[in-house]
Amino acid sequence: MGKYILRRLLIAIPSLIGISIILFTVLALAPGDPFEELATNPNVPPEVRQNLREKFGLDDPVHVRYVRWATNMAKGDWGFSFASRVDVDDLIMGRLPTTLAVIGLSQLLALLVAVPVGVIAATRPYSIFDQLANTFAFIGFSLPTFFTGLLFILFFSIYLDWLPFVYRADLSETGWAWWWQQFKQSIMPIMVLGLFQGASWTRYVRAAVLDVIRLDYITTARSKGLAERWVVIKHALRNALIPVVTLVALQMPAIFGGAIVTEQIFRVPGIGSLLISAILANDTPVIMAVTFVFSILVIFFNLLADVLYGWLDPRISYR
Amino acid sequence: MNEHDLRELIRDVKAGLVSRREFIRTMVGFGLTMPMASQLLMHAGVANAQPQAKFVYKPTKRGGGGALKLLMWQGPTLLNPHFAVGTKDQYGSRMFYEPLAGWDADGNLVANLAAEIPSLANGGVAKDGKSVTWKLKKNVQWHDGKPFTADDVVFNVEYAQNPETATTTIGAYRDVKATKIDSHTVRLDFKEPTPFWADALVGTNGMMIPKHLFDAYRGSKSRDAPSNLKPVGTGPYKFVDFKPGDMIRGEINANYHEPNRPFFDTFEMKGGGDAVSAARAVLQTGEFDYAWNMQVEDEILKKLEAGGKGRVSIAPGGSLEMLQFQQSDPWNEVEGERAHKNSKHPSLSDFNVRDAINMLVDRKSIQDHIYGRTGVLTRNFVNNPARFRSTNNKFEFNIDKANKTLDAAGWKKGSDGIRTREGKKLKYVYQTSINAPRQKCQAIVKQACQKAGIDIELKQIPASVYFSSDVANPDTFRKFWSDLQMYNTTMPRPDPEFFTNQFCSWEIAQKENKWASTNNTRWQSPEYDATWKAAKVEMDPVKRAAMFIKLNEILIENRVIVPISNRPVVAALGNKLRAPMTGWDNDVFLIKDWYREA
Amino acid sequence: MAGSTPASLTADGAAAAGGSPKATKLVSPWGEAWRRFRRHKLAVAGTVILGLITLAVLVGPWVYPVPINDIDFGARLKGPMMGHPFGTDDLGQDLLARMMYGGRISLAVGLAAMLIAVVIGTVVGAIAGISRGSVDAALMWLTDLFLSLPQLPLLLLIIYLFRDALKAIVGVEAGIFIMIVVVIGGFRWMPVARLVRAQFLSLREKEFVEAARALGVSQTRLVARHILPNSLGPVIIAGTIDVAVAIIAESTLSFLGLGFPPDIPTWGRILYDAKDYLDVAPHWALFPGMAIFLTVLSINYIGDGLRDALDPRRVM
Repeated sequence: MGKYILRRLLIAIPSLIGISIILFTVLALAPGDPFEELATNPNVPPEVRQNLREKFGLDDPVHVRYVRWATNMAKGDWGFSFASRVDVDDLIMGRLPTTLAVIGLSQLLALLVAVPVGVIAATRPYSIFDQLANTFAFIGFSLPTFFTGLLFILFFSIYLDWLPFVYRADLSETGWAWWWQQFKQSIMPIMVLGLFQGASWTRYVRAAVLDVIRLDYITTARSKGLAERWVVIKHALRNALIPVVTLVALQMPAIFGGAIVTEQIFRVPGIGSLLISAILANDTPVIMAVTFVFSILVIFFNLLADVLYGWLDPRISYR
Repeated sequence: MNEHDLRELIRDVKAGLVSRREFIRTMVGFGLTMPMASQLLMHAGVANAQPQAKFVYKPTKRGGGGALKLLMWQGPTLLNPHFAVGTKDQYGSRMFYEPLAGWDADGNLVANLAAEIPSLANGGVAKDGKSVTWKLKKNVQWHDGKPFTADDVVFNVEYAQNPETATTTIGAYRDVKATKIDSHTVRLDFKEPTPFWADALVGTNGMMIPKHLFDAYRGSKSRDAPSNLKPVGTGPYKFVDFKPGDMIRGEINANYHEPNRPFFDTFEMKGGGDAVSAARAVLQTGEFDYAWNMQVEDEILKKLEAGGKGRVSIAPGGSLEMLQFQQSDPWNEVEGERAHKNSKHPSLSDFNVRDAINMLVDRKSIQDHIYGRTGVLTRNFVNNPARFRSTNNKFEFNIDKANKTLDAAGWKKGSDGIRTREGKKLKYVYQTSINAPRQKCQAIVKQACQKAGIDIELKQIPASVYFSSDVANPDTFRKFWSDLQMYNTTMPRPDPEFFTNQFCSWEIAQKENKWASTNNTRWQSPEYDATWKAAKVEMDPVKRAAMFIKLNEILIENRVIVPISNRPVVAALGNKLRAPMTGWDNDVFLIKDWYREA
Repeated sequence: MAGSTPASLTADGAAAAGGSPKATKLVSPWGEAWRRFRRHKLAVAGTVILGLITLAVLVGPWVYPVPINDIDFGARLKGPMMGHPFGTDDLGQDLLARMMYGGRISLAVGLAAMLIAVVIGTVVGAIAGISRGSVDAALMWLTDLFLSLPQLPLLLLIIYLFRDALKAIVGVEAGIFIMIVVVIGGFRWMPVARLVRAQFLSLREKEFVEAARALGVSQTRLVARHILPNSLGPVIIAGTIDVAVAIIAESTLSFLGLGFPPDIPTWGRILYDAKDYLDVAPHWALFPGMAIFLTVLSINYIGDGLRDALDPRRVM
């Protein structure tokens, strides 16, 4: 096992390099430029835009720019944003707490909903509970988040006037009032995102548990007289979790990428909205930094998932 | 209308035969801007009218107003006004920094850090038009307590004009030399006679940054200045916190140089999201007091206003939403370049086709059902006074007439319903940026054209790509590698000089200048060029105005563009908020005067 | 009896009644699967609904010849009424006509993108799952690579690079269709690959596989006939979810201007246009929302039925 992990980590390094080269080239080739707003202003002479491009080295050939970027990253200098001239690591760190709070919690909510609901639905297949759970799951992921987000806003903010819908990262209240205010402004984005995720995960969990629940050893366990609950949790769930672990591991990096649409709708200043505004503004250093961290997380979590398979199913061997 | 007619009209206003309002409306109809028309009257000695419903500042003490919440659906990313990329950054800076003067809704200059507005009468403006002298307000302090003096003004000019600093405001300062006369007087010298002298030091170009904090960061070191992210200005609010793209916070400046101002104790400017939800946040839930740039269908705005929690403010400006025709051939390469200026468009170079399309744009429906109050049936539509009504410049929506024009010009409908002549079909690609009102506009035009035998393919491009200056991208508005395109050209200051230069032949965007210049349509006219050059240095305002009117006529007569709508500046305000708005400057140009009624 | 938890309500009856099998005629495995599918009530219902929707979008425009882009300012934002069974949008265009026209595209995009994702994912996952060492590692590296690539910039790039070229070859709509399907499908195969691989990893150690190997079954046959059919469970689920995701992804692409031209009324596009008028004209959003929902629902039930029908362990 140890050798397996070591080998995977060593492979990860050229992976990361490869990924960063592809990312960088893609961004270099992509259309648009960071100074587009200047273009519509007739008072800004073209030399200024040219100057800015030269200053930021935008007109140098791609490989020169890549090497420059790579050496800087290695030195710990993640560069600065073209749009705001703020250091990229400051930008990311500033948004990280909000992202973890809102997006992270929504993934947690999704898991907390999906696993129990999926398991119960699978143990009582085609019952009323199962039908209801399925229907809600279908509604959950057959509507885009921009739509469900809007429905929530219209209902809870505008019609009922219970919840604010513009997220503010700098609440002025303190103590309990702060927690209450934070809850009120986060609950909608958490629910929109969490339910969307949870819906598809419920389906996976249900299918995985269904696959397992009719196997012989489950029947054996039941006939041994074990309580149904133990049968399910100790025997069925552990084996059903393999596909679920895969999915959850795949989704973890998404927390970092954020949920772009949800962040836009509720104006949550997370990393997702940072990424999309950087993309639309062609702010290459920010895009590179965020997606690079993203790829590190992907590799790490996939490795974690593989290790977990081995723990969950001792029959799986690594060679 | 020529120079003679114009002088006559001005005389009529002075004599009281024509109202000031009507005069201005006529001038706007001919392509001048409201402020320019005002200046014409001012120059002729017609008294500066009292603006309608003059804004009255009621509070009698400083502070106590609580928090002011502003919502910009594009969040500011920088706080140095000389690096501002777009109006959003200007707004962020304007909360802390002030210029010498700003433009109010009527296009008049309003003094901010200046003691008075220079004019010919008080000697501020030189008779030969080559210099202007500004007197600065005394007893103004920066947020850190140091005094604001002429040294700061001179510094700002030098900072902005230095090409190494690469400021976005350089256009206003390039040919200017600033001299300190005394501690509170500065003189600007221009190379040539400059009739429009109020570009430097005024409005969005003129925000003053402190010399003592930026002096060490001139030229190429400009990015490193810590004050870039922690502004110290002279404005009514002091800096507290800034998260780029997300939020700015400020608090009251207890030493602000005007009494009883500002009213609010703190402010928060939040960014992100889209325009419609921003409108909802102000007009429906009241979570915010002000929302910027409401590019939303008027119908939605009206429904939101009906809730009674807020209102929509509409300030006329100079922006023009227009449809452009490509004069060269964007589909074939000449010397390896598409849309080369020496090529001719196979069908759009025929005046009759452009004329027909002009008659197929249903401006009234667009006005009524999309823009509503947020778009004014464009200028160039002059009905009164009758003697200036030009038969050439009438705009109508008439599908039959369009059909007849095309038939008469030899464009016959083929078996597929599309008109052809000599093997050339009337099939066009019509591009614009992504924007719900614009897409609707496209749909309306397409449908009308279909009825006249013109086939249109609609194309929409993300704004950041469409308006970029990326040389490699085929979809920029400067490259204009399609047949028709539509966008809004802003007029950031009230003088048409910078709007009209986008039809001069030396400004044609081509490969050799990396498509960086402003003439996208590839229109060339020696008459237009000559008139523009003359207007640039003409000191007599009436002669100058007449020349701009002539430029406008040339454009309209030749159907170079199809003006669709004049776009005013639209914002949403909470009911109790009182704020002076303007279409010629940032909405927050007088942020010091904002207050909330009890 | 071993493994006798019924897979569906109807299974009970069959198992109880059929004590000993009657003398049956010889039925092929596929025939058997079809028979079992037919017994799955919800799956059949799903098939019927999907069939109706498909029929409506294919044949509808001939039966209901109202043009999709007839602008009529006099009849804006009207709810369902005579002459406009689904109401109108804010330009007065008839919604039923637009939904039928756009439905073709939405359904086709959903199904095609899903097929691409499932096929590529299964192939990659199977090969990775059954091999060891370097092949597995290489394929997983490739999967990780695709997973870490930023979808948005790549989307922008691919569509910009190839939009005009494809348009010249196959026309506007077909060109954009191919691109969207390839792009959406191309970003969804990775989870499928990992799922399949995970299943393979656990299945290949199982006794029945060992038994087959001992019998001398070739590698390919082993995979195709023994392991693959048993690992399809999660794949089918992923497939059904992918259809919904693809239809929705297409609306997000329209949001960014990378999808079909704005006047082509795919369901996602209609939903997007309607979102700002939810409190004013809810019918405008209701119909495309219901359409997407019903499509997803029926595909999911069909998927359930398929899973049950194809799994030999299920006793029905």
